[in-house]
Amino acid sequence: MANSGSEKKAPKKKSMFLETLQRTVKSPSAKLGAILFCLIVLAVIIGPYLSPYKIDQFDLLNTKAKPSAAHPFGTDALGRDILVRILYGGRYSLSLGILTALLGSAVGVVIGSVAGYFGGTTETIIMRIMDIWSSIPGMLLCLLISASLGTGFGNTILALAVGGVPGGVRLQRAQILRERGKEYLEAAESINCPKTKIMFKHLLPNVISPTIVNATMTIGMTITMAATLSYIGLGVQPPTPEWGAMLADGKADILYSPHIIAFPGLCIALTVLAINLLGDGLRDALDPRLRS
Amino acid sequence: MGRYVLRRILMVIVIMIAAAFVIFTILYFTPGDPAKNLLGASATAEEVENMRHVLGLDQPYLVQLGNFMYNTFLRFDLGNSWTYSVPVMQELGNRLPYTVTIGGISMILNVIIGLLLGIFAATHEGKWQDSVAMIIAMVFISVPDFWLGLMMIVLFAQKLKWLPPYGVQYWYSFIMPIIVSSIAGIAVNARQTRSSMLEVFRSDYITTARAKGQKEKVVVRKHMLPNALMPIITSLGTAFTSIVAGGAVVESVYSIPGVGLYMLTGITNRDYPVVRGCVIFFALFTSIAMLLVDLAYAFVDPRIKAQYSASAAGKRKGA
Repeated sequence: MANSGSEKKAPKKKSMFLETLQRTVKSPSAKLGAILFCLIVLAVIIGPYLSPYKIDQFDLLNTKAKPSAAHPFGTDALGRDILVRILYGGRYSLSLGILTALLGSAVGVVIGSVAGYFGGTTETIIMRIMDIWSSIPGMLLCLLISASLGTGFGNTILALAVGGVPGGVRLQRAQILRERGKEYLEAAESINCPKTKIMFKHLLPNVISPTIVNATMTIGMTITMAATLSYIGLGVQPPTPEWGAMLADGKADILYSPHIIAFPGLCIALTVLAINLLGDGLRDALDPRLRS
Repeated sequence: MGRYVLRRILMVIVIMIAAAFVIFTILYFTPGDPAKNLLGASATAEEVENMRHVLGLDQPYLVQLGNFMYNTFLRFDLGNSWTYSVPVMQELGNRLPYTVTIGGISMILNVIIGLLLGIFAATHEGKWQDSVAMIIAMVFISVPDFWLGLMMIVLFAQKLKWLPPYGVQYWYSFIMPIIVSSIAGIAVNARQTRSSMLEVFRSDYITTARAKGQKEKVVVRKHMLPNALMPIITSLGTAFTSIVAGGAVVESVYSIPGVGLYMLTGITNRDYPVVRGCVIFFALFTSIAMLLVDLAYAFVDPRIKAQYSASAAGKRKGA
């Protein structure tokens, strides 16, 4: 099957992923987002190795230094180089965002698929639970769970993911309702295909696009929410250089050394902007109405 | 229609009870002893035991839950704050005006500016005005609100000395908090309005309206907007929720003694009655917002009206 594309009659088989990618980067803003995002990812992976400073290298003679050639983003209250801390902290912020989006979406997809596919009482029960779940605003739930689980990386992911579940479930269910009753599902059922296989092998690939878009957008939102949590004092704690934790660290010096919080915040904004642009492009690319 | 409204109101009550149950359970299973926390590290075991008894923490889960539910929903009593011994209900009442003022004004700004910007962008689709408006909207969606708040303090309070950095002393103390809590919502709403306007832009009835020589302004206001309204209403419901929930952080940035800040201090002090009271308050707020959204739907969308006025009781509802 490897060279089936060269045959004239066979329909051109292009991977869905590649096709989507091509369509995504057609729009200039999505291209900008993609490039920006790749650059940020590269920077946080390689960056810390290139810097002459270490993330916990104190320089008590040179605290709260304004940006200069030696320290492009200045130093914080303990004389640590802000640039290298931002680069290193980006690893935490980005992985928090990505892992949370993956976890939240996975749970949403499974529960939503079950609700949508089985229907009836199962669906009613699940959807009513989701109604209740979402009656507490996501940010609040996240605060509470984070307060109850305690701080730290893993707990923060859990707390952040919980708030996104009802949205994911609703989205997935709505998609499945649209597909329910289509011929290919009937065909699969008629050959006695097991329900789980139908759900995840036949149904899922046809309904996954909105969830992918949603998950992408969630990454951006989560990075902001994680920063908010750390700022309040829950979530990831200083001295871990997660971006929000850096903001929390610098808020005492805001009036006289605003650069300590200016740069981490800018990085959050830039990353989230890149992800949102990319997500927007993805949505347009995956929108079946726009697909020719 | 009456049946629909009644059903939705019943739903709010059920959701409130369930939310109260969820919050109680989360806090109950939170590790750590609030009594010990309250008394400090120097307390003896006997004192802690005594405190647990006073707070009712030595009772079994179901008894505690039952008492809590009974007091909350039948006596409308949220208990006393453990740290300050003030009734939570009274404190909520004192703090409510701040939160509602900021939330309410933000919401009004959100609707007015968001709709106008969205319509403006949609009517200028593809031109530079559209691109600029949408780029600015995207930027404001991406900026974390509390950071924007901090930066605004640096600029407007520290550098320019135009506005006080925090507090609620003057009426203009509220300017920055309101801007911060409304700006992301305005951006989201503008984008939503633009895209739903663009969806109806090319429908036949718009062409018809133009063909009969209707003025462009009337076309936009009378023919397009009502049809584009459904997704906008949904987005407004979400905006309201996020203003309410995000309010806590904004209140903490600007030291505004509102409900959000009350909850945050409650969380830090492990003051469970305070946390529970605030969450129930927020859940009630959200549920009412959602109720209004659904009622607005029913008002705008004739299909929902038809579903309940006809004898379509046995039919599947939803999508």
